[in-house]
Amino acid sequence: MGMTMTQKILAAHAGLDKVAPGQLIMADLDLVLGNDITTPVAVREFEKIGAESVFDKSKVAIVPDHFTPNKDIKSAEQCRLIRNFARSHEIENYFEIGQMGIEHALIPEKGLVVPGDVVIGADSHTCTYGALGAFSTGVGSTDMAAGMASGQCWFKVPEAIRFNLTGKLRPWVSGKDVILHIIGKIGVDGALYKSMEFGGEGLASLSMDDRFTMANMAIEAGAKNGIFEVDGKTIAYVKEHSAREYKVYEPDEDAEYAEVIDIDLSSIGLTVAFPHLPENTRTIDEAGEVKIDQVVIGSCTNGRIEDLRAAAKVLKGNKVHPGVRVIIFPATQKIYLQAMREGLLEIFIEAGAAVSTPTCGPCLGGHMGVLGKGERAVATTNRNFVGRMGHPESEVYLASPAVAAASAVTGKISSPEEVVK
Amino acid sequence: MIQGKVIKYGDNIDTDVIIPARYLNTSDPAELAKYCMKDLDETFTERVRPGDIMVAGRNFGCGSSREHAPIAIKASGISLVIAETFARIFYRNAINIGLPILECPEAARDIAEGDEIRVDVKSGKIENMTTGKVYQAEPFPEFMQEIMKSDGLIEYVRGRMAKS
Repeated sequence: MGMTMTQKILAAHAGLDKVAPGQLIMADLDLVLGNDITTPVAVREFEKIGAESVFDKSKVAIVPDHFTPNKDIKSAEQCRLIRNFARSHEIENYFEIGQMGIEHALIPEKGLVVPGDVVIGADSHTCTYGALGAFSTGVGSTDMAAGMASGQCWFKVPEAIRFNLTGKLRPWVSGKDVILHIIGKIGVDGALYKSMEFGGEGLASLSMDDRFTMANMAIEAGAKNGIFEVDGKTIAYVKEHSAREYKVYEPDEDAEYAEVIDIDLSSIGLTVAFPHLPENTRTIDEAGEVKIDQVVIGSCTNGRIEDLRAAAKVLKGNKVHPGVRVIIFPATQKIYLQAMREGLLEIFIEAGAAVSTPTCGPCLGGHMGVLGKGERAVATTNRNFVGRMGHPESEVYLASPAVAAASAVTGKISSPEEVVK
Repeated sequence: MIQGKVIKYGDNIDTDVIIPARYLNTSDPAELAKYCMKDLDETFTERVRPGDIMVAGRNFGCGSSREHAPIAIKASGISLVIAETFARIFYRNAINIGLPILECPEAARDIAEGDEIRVDVKSGKIENMTTGKVYQAEPFPEFMQEIMKSDGLIEYVRGRMAKS
């Protein structure tokens, strides 16, 4: 029996010709990642191991992006600890405030992941890099520590659910709507312990930014990783961002899948996930009258340039509803600069939105847009759990940048078609 | 052998409710334990007693990879978590930091809040002392037992690195 993309990549990194689902393997790592919340715990564990140095200074990345710019003294101390660690171990890919971005937008932009890589990150959304045809998965701090010391990580070889994509996206519909639709269909544990492998002719109509958004939310279906077949768009992206050699893995024709699901992209409408699980999806027509207090556009899910362009297309010439606070976060400094050059920031500010430096802040209720009791937000982020963005009695509705921007104008969950005539 | 009283929760208990992000500006276990389960169950920290066993439904520990979640549960005195299924990052993290866990759908559904249960983590045998019912969980693969025997992943890696 053949292997899936993920199985082939894992086999190659474990020095094996073949692996089977359920097999425990030790794989070599191409990148180990951490942020300002998970790295302090990893540093403590790394020191317990007693390793003198990290396995490869060019294969560790540390990005202070969660409670940064430092939100309080304790956060500042956590950042100080990881900054000192990065300096003393001469970590090449430590990105300080001013050069950084939200890790999962930054790492591909810096060319640190290429097709065929095996990546672990002490952040659940590390699965984002599967968009590049790499095996990439979230782990905890102890795994990060062991990975930094040894350059290896143990894995249980996963089965996969294959998603065969056909058709083209309808106007305003994006990768966010597709992945919300899929999570609504299979549930928040629909891909538990499995890979989500995306391919098929429909892939051609998905931009790299759409694919990053979709791979990013594989974890919200419980998946170990999301992975996309590599095509011309992937190769163009990789060549633009990285000088590293890459290896393209294709699934075997006789690969065995736990399930095969056909997705006709042209059948998917604008989709919103209602509180308090990403699986509680409704199409925009089913949303009803939901008044909102805040809109957040950004995050590792939807803070890339195409996301900002979609938001700007809706906000251009419009004003934010008087009852709504809108906060927009370009995900990296490079995206921020590009948005400025394209005039997007001006559109946002003219509309009455606040534009912030890159941070994960509001997505996890950290800072820069925390919700109060009973408040509702439409957010382009990835989780709408109880208390995720602040008060346990606040509510988060997950949507695409176009829907979020339209909702900002009307003050209630709305389709961009209502705003852009 | 682990024995304790059960505190029970439902499906999809995410790591944001296990330990809300607003408390993640520290990684001190005792400090984290003060806020464990707060957004879901205000009474947890008052009623949990050392040795208590947490029982929950499907997809326990979903969401963020924060290792602070199993750390907070362990530091609050919980000796074992039994669930129908675990989210995979939480599963790894629990093993890595030495918080015993067992997957057993039947037991997780049956066992009620307040029951007294006795568990042999190595064999996977779960006895409900309150009802007299016995359940068998899938024991851990040998490889993970090795990690647990080494007192977590760090000691395991130390051992491997010393050998090489």
